[in-house]
Amino acid sequence: MGKRTCLFEKHLEFGGKIVDFAGWEMPVNYGSQIEEHNFVRSSAGVFDVSHMTIIDLGGLDAEKYLRFLLANDIAKLTTPGQALYSAMLNHDGYVLDDLIVYRMGSGYRLVVNCATREKDLRWLIQNSDGFRVSIEEKPRLAILAINGPDSISKCCKLVSSEHAKRIKELKYFQGTDLGEWFVARTGYTGELGLEFIIPAEDAPDFWTRLLELGVKPIGLGARDTLRLEAGMNLYGQDMDELTSPLSANMERTIAYDPPNREFIGRPALIAHNELRKAGKIPVLVGLTLESRGVLRAGQKVSTELGEGMITSGGFSPTLKHSIALARIPSNSLSCKVELRGVTTALRIVEPNFVRFGKRVCK
Amino acid sequence: MSNIPDDLKYASTHEWININEEGLVTIGISDHAQEALGDIVFIELPEVGTSVNAKEEVAVVESVKAASDIYSPITGEVIQVNETLIDSPETVNASPYELGWFFKIRMENEAELDDLMNSDTYSEHCDEE
Repeated sequence: MGKRTCLFEKHLEFGGKIVDFAGWEMPVNYGSQIEEHNFVRSSAGVFDVSHMTIIDLGGLDAEKYLRFLLANDIAKLTTPGQALYSAMLNHDGYVLDDLIVYRMGSGYRLVVNCATREKDLRWLIQNSDGFRVSIEEKPRLAILAINGPDSISKCCKLVSSEHAKRIKELKYFQGTDLGEWFVARTGYTGELGLEFIIPAEDAPDFWTRLLELGVKPIGLGARDTLRLEAGMNLYGQDMDELTSPLSANMERTIAYDPPNREFIGRPALIAHNELRKAGKIPVLVGLTLESRGVLRAGQKVSTELGEGMITSGGFSPTLKHSIALARIPSNSLSCKVELRGVTTALRIVEPNFVRFGKRVCK
Repeated sequence: MSNIPDDLKYASTHEWININEEGLVTIGISDHAQEALGDIVFIELPEVGTSVNAKEEVAVVESVKAASDIYSPITGEVIQVNETLIDSPETVNASPYELGWFFKIRMENEAELDDLMNSDTYSEHCDEE
């Protein structure tokens, strides 16, 4: 038996089809993945993402430590509640994980992937030598992500008017605590949305009240197609320990300034940048297939400059054709794939297909 | 528990076969199959007039999860295909045994029907998987 979140019974109650996800028993869908996907784009859905790992960091050197540990610079988080997306690199400048860091009232909170939990914790501890920092995992916290155009208005009906006001004032990548609860405008779908980090014992009741308001539970299947349409990477698929962030469309999340900030992987990134100038670092692009058929992760593609591979692919319910993320030689102008024996041309686009329910790729 | 009507026959590859009159059969995929595939997004059907052999690939189903081949359980000629599936492949998820049929075949060898499973045997077959 795998690990279960505090909402496992709720998933069964709602007809969730349970699958193994990195050792967790999670709902892949509650009936139709496409209907769930479309519901998030048109109304509001709730995801149980309590399987993700939450790590709280405190101590006098917490800021200094995170500025050394992460490729993005948490000095940008000037007020409590602010959030930052960052890569955590190894010394070779490859991606150990991607994560969100929140500045809390005191200290910082990291949300990292569940499949990388042990590795990340080891890395955090291993690199804390010389820093006065406390590292504490928070397994008794649940995370509920509510996404969709109606998500914020629905959530506001379930909290006090004072809390609702604070939620409505939040900007993207900003959060606030609501007593023991923490809520932030972060998400993984390209829609409006909130992520609630709350005590596990509060989660089942909050879940039920969301459903009573017409919010629908959304499984991991739709979570994957929603993030793919939004062009967001999935760790372990679109990048891993063998991938430079420069090959994973993560360039903008690396804070090279100030130049005197030493962070793990920085020296190696200088070498990656040199390789890139020589055109020797592949890039992560978006691909669209406007005829019938579905692009899948692992399929080989070819461009006029060489071979590449699809890292994430699937059918886009919003665009009604297949889309993919693929790593291909940089500066490629054309791309094709062999689908069931037939060579098919693909269009190379920015890795961003849908925002706020609408097509954004050309 | 998936729905397995007892008036149909089944192949181990999860197609169902309805025996119509005059040596004609209708073929589709079982409720168990559509459930396992998840939402279906594209279907490729054979051409009318194609001669197919038993256990030969004749159609392709692409779902949110994977691409799967559909095999003809019997030898014969394709005499009709369900063209509504081209634009509405989700019909197979909603109605696998009725509106979601794939194609009809004029059988060449009725003895092949003996190789197929009845609903009880097919139900056991699904449980074993």
